Order: sequence, then C-alpha cells, then structure tokens
Amino acid sequence: MSNRDIGTPARQPVGSDQASTDSSASGKHTFDARPVRLTVNGRDCTAMVEPRTTLLDALRGALLLTGTKKGCDRGECGACTVHLDGRRVLSCMCLAAMQEGKRITTIEGLEHDGELHPMQAAFTVHDAFQCGFCTSGQIMSAVAMIEEAKAGWPSAATQDLTKPFSGCDLSPQEIRERMSGNLCRCACYPHIVGAVQAAARS
Amino acid sequence: MHLFGLSHAPDIGSAIAWHARDPGLAFIAGGTDLIGLIKDRAALPKRLVDINGLSELTPIKPLAGGGVRIGALARMSDVAANPEVRERFPVIAEGLLFAASGQLRNMASIAGNILQRTRCAYFRDQDDPPCNKRRPGSGCSALHGINRNHGIFGWTDSCVATHPSDVAVALAAMDAFVLVRGGSGERSIPFAEFHRLPGNTPERDNVLERGELIIAIEVPGRPEGRASHYLKVRDRQSYEFALVSAAAAVATDGGRIRSARLALGGVAHKPWRLSAAEEALAGIALNDTDKLRAAIALSFADAHPLTHNAFKIELARRVALRALQTAGERA
Repeated sequence: MSNRDIGTPARQPVGSDQASTDSSASGKHTFDARPVRLTVNGRDCTAMVEPRTTLLDALRGALLLTGTKKGCDRGECGACTVHLDGRRVLSCMCLAAMQEGKRITTIEGLEHDGELHPMQAAFTVHDAFQCGFCTSGQIMSAVAMIEEAKAGWPSAATQDLTKPFSGCDLSPQEIRERMSGNLCRCACYPHIVGAVQAAARS
Repeated sequence: MHLFGLSHAPDIGSAIAWHARDPGLAFIAGGTDLIGLIKDRAALPKRLVDINGLSELTPIKPLAGGGVRIGALARMSDVAANPEVRERFPVIAEGLLFAASGQLRNMASIAGNILQRTRCAYFRDQDDPPCNKRRPGSGCSALHGINRNHGIFGWTDSCVATHPSDVAVALAAMDAFVLVRGGSGERSIPFAEFHRLPGNTPERDNVLERGELIIAIEVPGRPEGRASHYLKVRDRQSYEFALVSAAAAVATDGGRIRSARLALGGVAHKPWRLSAAEEALAGIALNDTDKLRAAIALSFADAHPLTHNAFKIELARRVALRALQTAGERA
C-alpha cells in the first residue's frame, strides 16, 4: 500500500457543529461527529464521522482512500465492496460509527510488498475490465468469495447442500452465482469469470 | 440521510426498555434494509440503537427432536452454511442462498430479514407518492398503478404490496416460531401469525409491539424437513426479488405423500400458506402430476389478480407443483 498518511483528517463532515448528545431515558445517543477507530489495511487510524456517515463515505472522504467506489449507494451494485473482519460487505450500507475497532481491507490494502494480489494480476491478464469503475469491488468480492468457498459455504448454484462444498468445485456457474452482487455496466462478465477462476486455481 | 443519533445497547434489558419509552428509536443490526429505507426517507428514526453487541443473540443451535434455534443476530450466510440447517431444513438454506448477494448475506441478520419492508416501488419512492405504508391515509398508488410485482392474495384497497423475504416463506412452511422478548417477558409467536395482512393498517407489517425485540427463530423438528425445497422464479437468474416463489416439504410413504407443507412468496403481504392444498395432497402419488395439480388448485379459489399480475396465478400453481415434486425427489 502507499505511504499516504491515513490519520485523522483536518476536515470534519457536514453538520458536525450541530446537536451534541442526548441523554434521555432511552440511552445516551451521540448526534455529532466523533472519532471512530478502525484498522484499515493493517494500520490503526481514526476518522471523524457522524452517526449517519457510511463506512464508504468515511473511507473515501475522511481517510482519502478513494479506491473503493460509490456506485448506486443503495446496496445494489457492489462497487463499494470491502472486507470487514475478513468478510466481504457493502460499505455503502453500513455506518462507520458502528465499526469501532474493526479490521477493514480495501483495494489499496491487497498488494503485498509492491506485488499485486493474485486476483489483481488475474484481472489484468484476463482483461477483466473496461472502464474500471466496478473493478475494485469485483476484486474485493472475488478474493473473499474464494475464502467462503474454501470454508465450504454452499451457494444457490450448489447441487447438494447437505454435503460440504469443496473449494475446487468453483465452476463458472458457481462463480457467476457467487459474484452476482457485483454489476459491471461494461459487461466484462466472461473475462471476470475467467480471471476469478484462474486466481482460484492459483 | 437525515441526522440521527446512535447508541450501543449494553444488554437486552436496556435495549427493550429504551425502545419501549421512545417512539423515535429503532434497533439496527445488519442495517441492510434500514439504511436503504433511511436513504429513501421511508424510515426517519431519530435515534438508532446498535444491537450487534448482544452476543447471546448470535448462536445457531441444534434442538433435540431435529429442530434448530437460530439466534436473531445470526447472519444469513452463517445460517445458510450451518450443517444442521442444511441437513434438517434444506428449504431454509435455499431460501437464504437464493436471496440478496454474498455481501448482503454476510451483513443481514435473520431477524432483520423477516422484518424487511416491501419492495413496492411506490413505498420506496423518495418523491413520496400516495402510499398507506409510507404515509397512512394517503392512498395506494399501486392499486391502479404499475402492479406487476404485487399481490394476488389477501390484498385490500389500502395496500397491494408483497412481503419480500425468501426465508420467511420457508419458515412459514415449517411452522417456525418467532421468540420475542418485551418488558413483561418472552412470547413465542407462531410464524403464520407473525406477519399481518394489510387490512386498513398496512403501515404495520407484523405483530411486534414497541418495546419488543426478537431473540431467536425456533424451527421444531418436522418429519417433512429433510425432503424440502425452495423454488424462486424471478426476472433475473440471480440477485433479484421473487416474482413468485414456493417452499415445499413432504413426508412420503412408498412414493405417496403422507403429509405436505406448501407456502408461496411474492403473492401476498405475508408468506402465503396453501392449507387447503396441503390437506388434499395427502395420499397422492408424487408422480401423479394431474392429481397434484388439482389439489394445489384448491388453494387458488381466493386469488384475485391486479391489472398487471394475472400471470402470477398460473405461475404460482406451477411453481408450487415443481417445488413439491423436487422436494419429493429428496424423500
């Protein structure tokens, strides 16, 4: 990853000078911006967020990690996929303030010692993108998807749910089903499936 | 999104007490439906209480007698991957795996799944067209609008929306129970009674009261559980809500149905059990398609299509039949 400092940004989110806290009979609620501590790509950092700030907006706006993309902002396109404690999630549909202490990996954190992650390398070799807007989400999703398959998780394409799924059963049909939460408007799907299958075998 | 407050529930008792006292407060778990509703201004809570720290609500446990108890906060992907769920109730695992996407299944809780609100496009519309769910008393835009995705059973002029959950259809077929805790203790709600029909108060999707929290879903052992199947028909092959779906389960005797369970999704304000068909199916051979079809048809006497969804009646009959026969192949 880059050496960019991802510490507390100087700029605070909109509305951070508004209401503070509300200690009513229904608990102590924080309304204003406050710091949330996250471990992003292996580094401890702090982001100033309001309760309503999504993890996506915190990553892009507060921590300046713009590799994660905002597509639909409604949990429909998958462009904002990141890993939260090792699992793929949609960062546009979670609140940053609920992720205190969590471990987050974004596309910026996949490379290792200047070497591309095998999934990143497979996407370049297989020409698995055109405009590239969905690519970071596709890659983050695919990396975690292979771990899910290795853990024996079935999918809607799995024939026999009663048997453990074997990671080596990742057929193109399984990959398409497991990756259906990542849309590509350039429709590079055949090459994406090829890249994911190649990376899964490596 | 509008400005709202956030706190974290330290224990179940506090969460329930806060919720009971504060009509502006909403629980948040996975958030995959609630955050979308807030973005679409279909929910405007003043305060959210994060309940993800209530770790006693997470485990999935096998029950004596062949059942399972699924903690309210168990994630869809964990429930779908659970060995006991897959073996004892394939219909539940399939209901989960055919829903949403890998990312959303990692986030969404089982209790949040059955609490998700309708996908009716008028209800979700930020421009606030008449919708009795969104603004009680404002009318129903879907009744004479675009209603291809809407109900054929149990609707009223107040609301023609359908419930979007897949796994709820499987849980209804299995006669699961929703365990709920409130200020005066716990109650166990039979699944068929959990979701409501719209009547004149479609703003209420279910019978949960303020100050109540779902603790778990309990699925008792059922002789039909192992030979079960969830079949979902939709406009896209994956990552789409159902046009029509069916959860089917059978116990058999030498190729004949001893007992059957059948419920439909995508057709009503709640999972729609085909009770008349279930009764008539007993004794019919699984390969006697004509008799199976006739038995299923008994449950369609009260089906009423809207302007654009008459196709759902024939589609639902066929989906129910195929789900039943596929379940039978597992017996």
